Amino acid sequence: MSIDESHGGASRKDKSMRTPLGRVRNHGSSHSGTSDFWRQRLTAVAMLLLLIPVIFVVMSVMGRNQAGAAQILGSPLVAIIMLLFIVASVVHMKIGVQVVIEDYVHDEKLKLAAIIGNNFFSIVVALASAYAIFKLSSGV
Amino acid sequence: MALSIVHRATGIALYFGTLLLVWWLVAAASGPAAYAHVQAFSGSIIGRLIAIGYTWALVHHALSGVRHLIWDLGYGFKPSEREWLTWAALIGGIVITILLWVIAYAIGGGR
Repeated sequence: MSIDESHGGASRKDKSMRTPLGRVRNHGSSHSGTSDFWRQRLTAVAMLLLLIPVIFVVMSVMGRNQAGAAQILGSPLVAIIMLLFIVASVVHMKIGVQVVIEDYVHDEKLKLAAIIGNNFFSIVVALASAYAIFKLSSGV
Repeated sequence: MALSIVHRATGIALYFGTLLLVWWLVAAASGPAAYAHVQAFSGSIIGRLIAIGYTWALVHHALSGVRHLIWDLGYGFKPSEREWLTWAALIGGIVITILLWVIAYAIGGGR
């Protein structure tokens, strides 16, 4: 079903005063238009830039005890890199899994439940890891 | 080649794998006792296999993602180019994963 068909049939297409962008906005199965498409690519590029620093951090933490790990993860530059990566990856994974849900789950109620679960999971991952980084940074 | 399904599969693996990363970070913030559990798990054979698998999923998903970004920009649609990009992501993912773990063991992080 095209976007036009869902709004009064193809006959109105030619007379419509709506711009192509206006027709896309707030539509699609997630009702959020193209914003997810854009954010998915924005966060992908962000993670590509952050990936090498993050790998460097993880490698330097590996093999150390808790005190050593806490010292590295709590230092300002490392903590900021990790927080940026956490935000980008959680937004990216939430959108990615929502697309998978929309592709494979066709029962409306089940889809709604899955999308809610995806949102909850992503927020828990984001806040739990951000909290851990903040706690390590403040050294409490 | 149908590698886009592998992109999806690695994405979902990375999604659920974040639970292990959360465990790692929260344990580091909790203290030595909690962190010892993480180290015992990551040092075990199954834990190490998961960590190596997770590294591969991440690297492959990133390279395969770059392929999609190249397509988004309108390049790389010729059959030979598509073939090349796919193999680059596939082989690059395996080679970089091996390289990262060789480095990890070399600097003593693999203990």
